[in-house]
Amino acid sequence: MTTVTKMVGQSLKRREDPKLITGKGNFLDDIKLQGMSHAAILRSPYAHAKINSIDTSKAKALPGVIAIFTGDDMMDINPLPCAWQAGRVQNNANTPRALSAGKALYAGDGIAMVVAENRYIARDALDLIEVDYEPLPVVVDAKKATEAGAPQLHENAPNNICMTWDCGHKDATDAAFSSAEVTVKEQIINQRLIPTPMETRGALARYDEATGEFTVWMTSQAPHVMRLLLTAFVFGIPETKLRCISPNVGGGFGQKIFCYADMAFTMWAARKLGRPVKFVEDRSENYRSSTHGRDHITDVEIAGTKDGTITGLRIETWANLGAYLSTIAPGIPTTLYGRIATGVYKIPAAYCKVHGVYTNTAMVDAYRGAGRPEASYLIERMVDRFAAEIGMDPAEVRRKNFIQPSDFPYDNGMGLLPYDSGNYEPALDRALAMVGYADFRNEQAEARKQGKYLGLGISSYVEICGVAPSAWIGLPGEGWGAGLWESANIRVHLTGQVVVTTGSLPHGQGVETTFAQIVADELGVPYESVLIEHSDTAGTPFGYGTYGSRSLAVGGTALYKSVAKVKEKAKKIAAHMLEANPADIEYADGKAYVKGSPDQAKTLGEIALQASVAYSLPEGVEPFLDETTYYDPPNCTFPFGTHIAIVEVDGATGMVAIKRYVGVDDVGNPINPLIIDGQLHGGIAQGIAQALYEHGVYDENGQLVSGTLMDYAVPNAAMLPNYELDRTVTPSPVNPMGVKGAGEAGTIGSAQAIMNAVIDALAPFGVKHLQMPATAERVWRAMQSH
Amino acid sequence: MSTISVTVNGRTYQSDVEPRTLLVHYLREQLNLTGTHIGCDTSQCGACVVHINGQSVKSCTVLAVQADGAEITTIEGLAQNGQLHPLQEGFWEKHGLQCGYCTPGMIMSAYDLLQQNPNPTEDEIRHGLEGNLCRCTGYQNIVKAVQYAADKMNGSGNSPGE
Repeated sequence: MTTVTKMVGQSLKRREDPKLITGKGNFLDDIKLQGMSHAAILRSPYAHAKINSIDTSKAKALPGVIAIFTGDDMMDINPLPCAWQAGRVQNNANTPRALSAGKALYAGDGIAMVVAENRYIARDALDLIEVDYEPLPVVVDAKKATEAGAPQLHENAPNNICMTWDCGHKDATDAAFSSAEVTVKEQIINQRLIPTPMETRGALARYDEATGEFTVWMTSQAPHVMRLLLTAFVFGIPETKLRCISPNVGGGFGQKIFCYADMAFTMWAARKLGRPVKFVEDRSENYRSSTHGRDHITDVEIAGTKDGTITGLRIETWANLGAYLSTIAPGIPTTLYGRIATGVYKIPAAYCKVHGVYTNTAMVDAYRGAGRPEASYLIERMVDRFAAEIGMDPAEVRRKNFIQPSDFPYDNGMGLLPYDSGNYEPALDRALAMVGYADFRNEQAEARKQGKYLGLGISSYVEICGVAPSAWIGLPGEGWGAGLWESANIRVHLTGQVVVTTGSLPHGQGVETTFAQIVADELGVPYESVLIEHSDTAGTPFGYGTYGSRSLAVGGTALYKSVAKVKEKAKKIAAHMLEANPADIEYADGKAYVKGSPDQAKTLGEIALQASVAYSLPEGVEPFLDETTYYDPPNCTFPFGTHIAIVEVDGATGMVAIKRYVGVDDVGNPINPLIIDGQLHGGIAQGIAQALYEHGVYDENGQLVSGTLMDYAVPNAAMLPNYELDRTVTPSPVNPMGVKGAGEAGTIGSAQAIMNAVIDALAPFGVKHLQMPATAERVWRAMQSH
Repeated sequence: MSTISVTVNGRTYQSDVEPRTLLVHYLREQLNLTGTHIGCDTSQCGACVVHINGQSVKSCTVLAVQADGAEITTIEGLAQNGQLHPLQEGFWEKHGLQCGYCTPGMIMSAYDLLQQNPNPTEDEIRHGLEGNLCRCTGYQNIVKAVQYAADKMNGSGNSPGE
């Protein structure tokens, strides 16, 4: 065997790509099964209505219609579970059923299902179903929903309050505020976003009557978890009677983590009809009925000294959860938000209170950053507000209050595990240098004289990645009531080919490439000889899936540890082959040899063959090189960085143009820099989109005004800038590779850089805060009102 | 039912289609050419872009019967004799895709762009791809991928692929 080039750290192009660039991908809607039928869903046009009757007779008579079902038909299965009842949810976790019966709680709530020979007929039949609705009063605003006299969604949730949760230290915080030299208060809205993976969601279910087994192809980020939830909770059947497969998934961004009605109703109908049933959302259906993100109304106050020391932070948030609880919804505005609210700063007294509220809107759950973008936006806006109030440079306020390298592991006092490692100042300094901060203020002053409004916004962020430790996230009352580890199995076949199966799965993250790089290096085998298998509950070990930037830090570490076990066993077998003491064997570059005698090495291929044919193995050693790890890390990881945006606001129109966007991120040790930068680019694009363009808007009647891609402003290429990236490297002490995770960092770091820049540009107009998105109209109005 | 005759990626098909069948559904469901994707229902996303008689078209906005007699190229027809088109190469080399769902439409649109403007500036590439949405990449590497293809196609003095 030749010496293997180190793969880790290289910008390898992705092994996932050849099929995707040639049109040979295999996405859900590409799959056809023998006898497959097509489902379409009738959705309530009212945001809140009693359903008096549903007449399906005309629709049933349409040629090509196979069956029509309503919610009443599906009462033999349970509602979908809420798996993460964090935030002190108590006896009022109202979750959706496969189809709603009797009542619709948001515009888009599914109330009847047509199954037909093709999708055109299914859609035709929807128009023939007659429903007698009795419209009820509607509430869409989370704060208004809690007020006296508001329409009530669920009997078990008075004032529509699902939960009230807090973290931090209330008394100490109140004391810090009452003695503070300076306090600044603001209401900050983190608007509703619609995730918009380019592939919509759906499911294709097949039932085998002979065995009683279901197979469901699904657009899922977590097929093992779906299998568990659909069997144990929804259908009450043995887990082994369901196989879940995620084919190529066209983007997830959180929206595809959850257990959805379509998984349940396609399974139910496939069993009932004895035919496979496929359901794929239209985009407008995806917008109305799949989960949304964010939607916080927050009253926030920051306290500090006149010379720039932050002494307190007090937060009260109304988090809109939608009409029902989605799978992990309660954990997002609580555990993943309040506990990281103090950001990169040492704040001696902080307190965060959150009201989780039901409204007549689509469910809100994890979306691209999930809780952490809301937290980082809040603190970074308030640090700028504080800096402006005391007349101090915002970069210097940040520098003055940073958690210092010597403070790690750092307990922020909010009930989080300690931040693992960090060194915030170099990232800030590097970003300031990249934008030429020292010169910018002069340039800005000159530009203002000429009626040009330049602004610079800084965002120093920290986030929670590698979401796992079961001992933390699984705590009863606060957590899942389940673990959040990850698995990896590795087998070395007798030809020396390496097969990895993992509970992580990619839908754009490049997991196949990154994982193969790790195995190639650690095992010392050619990259090409490593196969990464995933996404099918048949043939992969149970795993929790890909979200929360956890694939590498948790799944990748499971793999790393499995490789180490394989090496240990290989050394034992090599010792036997070389008639040496196992303690004297070294393993390097794919070979095992007695220390000092690398010429007499046995290659991994030779060892694998010996292990496989097994005619001569050391005593007590089982045949085959096959090792599994279920890795539960001791902590999350905490990537960080500083992003800086420079914008120019058009004084006549309010249009915001991004002149520069700089990001210096620290995601720990990099495995594939090309992939990391790609992850950051996409994340930053979303942050910019939230700051300037996107807004999921309901009117007072609960109609989703931004209900199509014509109305919801997903940015195109011409609406986004180039991103100038650099990084610092602070390895995580949590895992042996020192990795942190990069999937969400871009989103978490970016929106506030843009907004701080826009508001800085508007300083001559006396603007202190502006809600997102900073559309031209909103900016223009802000300029006029001063 | 109407009978249409279309040539797709060099092969001619005679098909019976309902007059209301969208071209994208005809390609995907009758011809099993599933590389052309559907990402919206309002002609915004561009995941369904194909070429009709050499021009890029959103196939969700064309009826199959309107393509009667036409020559159509889909993403499956872009690579020739196992050789990737420079755009496909560019997307791979420059990490111009993540989940890959928008990629076929993005490549087909970029192809048309380069036909019309073989030396586009960054700004021209960004504006030229305004009809295609990507949620993963933030577009920077898509721009680089198109630049890579433009360089390669200009360097070789011909336009491989068709």
